[in-house]
Amino acid sequence: MIIVGEKINTSRAGIGAAVENRDATLITQTAREQAQAGADYIDVNAGTFPDDETKHLCWLVETVQAELDVTLCLDSPNPEALSEALKRHKGVPMINSISLEEDRFNAILPIVASQPCEVVALCMGRASMPTTVEERVEVGRELVNKLLEAGISVERIYVDPLIQPVSVDVQMGLGALGAIREIMSEFPGVKTICGLSNVSFGLPERRLINRSFLSLAMSYGLSAAIMDPTDNRLMGTLLAIEMLLGRDEYCEKFIEAYQDGRIVNA
Amino acid sequence: MRSEGIERDSSSKGDLIMSEFESLTQAVIKGDIQTALAETRKCVDAGTRVQDILDKGLIAAMDEVGRNFSSGRIFVPQMLRSAKTMQECMIIIKPLFQEGDITTKGKVVIGTVKGDLHDIGKNLVSMMLEGAGFDITDLGVDVPPDKFVKKVQEVGADVVGLSALLSITMPGMPATIEALKASGVRDKVKVVIGGAPVTEKYANEINADSYAPDAASAVVEVKRLLGIS
Repeated sequence: MIIVGEKINTSRAGIGAAVENRDATLITQTAREQAQAGADYIDVNAGTFPDDETKHLCWLVETVQAELDVTLCLDSPNPEALSEALKRHKGVPMINSISLEEDRFNAILPIVASQPCEVVALCMGRASMPTTVEERVEVGRELVNKLLEAGISVERIYVDPLIQPVSVDVQMGLGALGAIREIMSEFPGVKTICGLSNVSFGLPERRLINRSFLSLAMSYGLSAAIMDPTDNRLMGTLLAIEMLLGRDEYCEKFIEAYQDGRIVNA
Repeated sequence: MRSEGIERDSSSKGDLIMSEFESLTQAVIKGDIQTALAETRKCVDAGTRVQDILDKGLIAAMDEVGRNFSSGRIFVPQMLRSAKTMQECMIIIKPLFQEGDITTKGKVVIGTVKGDLHDIGKNLVSMMLEGAGFDITDLGVDVPPDKFVKKVQEVGADVVGLSALLSITMPGMPATIEALKASGVRDKVKVVIGGAPVTEKYANEINADSYAPDAASAVVEVKRLLGIS
């Protein structure tokens, strides 16, 4: 399971202020704790600053990578911000995301094709948000085919089935889960990814819902999750599911996490 | 602890609403469509003023739903269920109003700005405003500034609600405000904005009249802006 740590997002109270005030200590600390907790990528998102997003995203990339040897997930729908942040990133980043809306696709494709990167393909439709499995798969299929045509290898494509809240439509969970399964079987080698928190919007006990959804999504074949790796109950769930799905030989990672005290009482 | 809280809440609901519409109101709050429809028909058959059924029955119920949502006692599915129940009841009473007779609290034009296809938050706001007695024109998603302006002029809107979920589409908000200005209608409408990356600070920066973080507060803000208690 590939983990993208979601905590450096300016929509979170402390992070927004830290970015504005150029508080490098808090930002690197937030990156470090996620990396230590098992994040493979550290997500950076400055989306609440529409006028300064490019500047802030670049600062985040430079600040985190100056201190830590980590790979980032550049999280923005803004082509300019992605392009500038990509130039400053060391290594092969993940770009989150490209989608089919005409303006976005045409602007972001040359960026993700310009140098090696992992790319999240978000199943947002051209004119509306897909809700059923079929709608999501249709959008995902078109995106994957277009990215393959552009020369991006299938292993570098992460399809995001677009998680929507079950609070507004109880079929939304199955819509995303079914899409994960179908896309994984249609394109061998492709990856799937999703955030966990949208699913629980508008409901109480969101963490319980989020980690339950993670379990289900993993059993449907999910390859990567954008999540908070410092949430030990969530990580405990993830490690237990990996083990139960036969991906943790000799139950090594699970036991190690227990012995390190990382998942006690999780 | 939690179950005690719920019991206390339900008894306070009873204290707040003591009227001939009690059963209707309670049915809408619960989202019990069958009972709400039956109660609405009962009121109609008894010759109750339709405007009273609307104001004292349905809207009063949705006000309570909004308060319960704001205070965290109920959640989105419950709010949706109540709104759906009210909509069903409206189907019965709407034809009973004489043309132009229905008193609305104000006209609201709402939509997600250009380039943005997210509709969930906007739909929730729309539904709650409708439940509060506003006349809603929902322009859907990916709405360019001139479309907002045209509709505002056409219906004589009191309020414009703008939604955006992405940093790259947020500029559609100031663009719409500018377009309202350019068409000379900016001073005739109040502009309320919302969406995950939107903040109160941003609302100030772009000279919107208000920012609403969720559907229930959108109702509160629209009422405040129009001076409705």
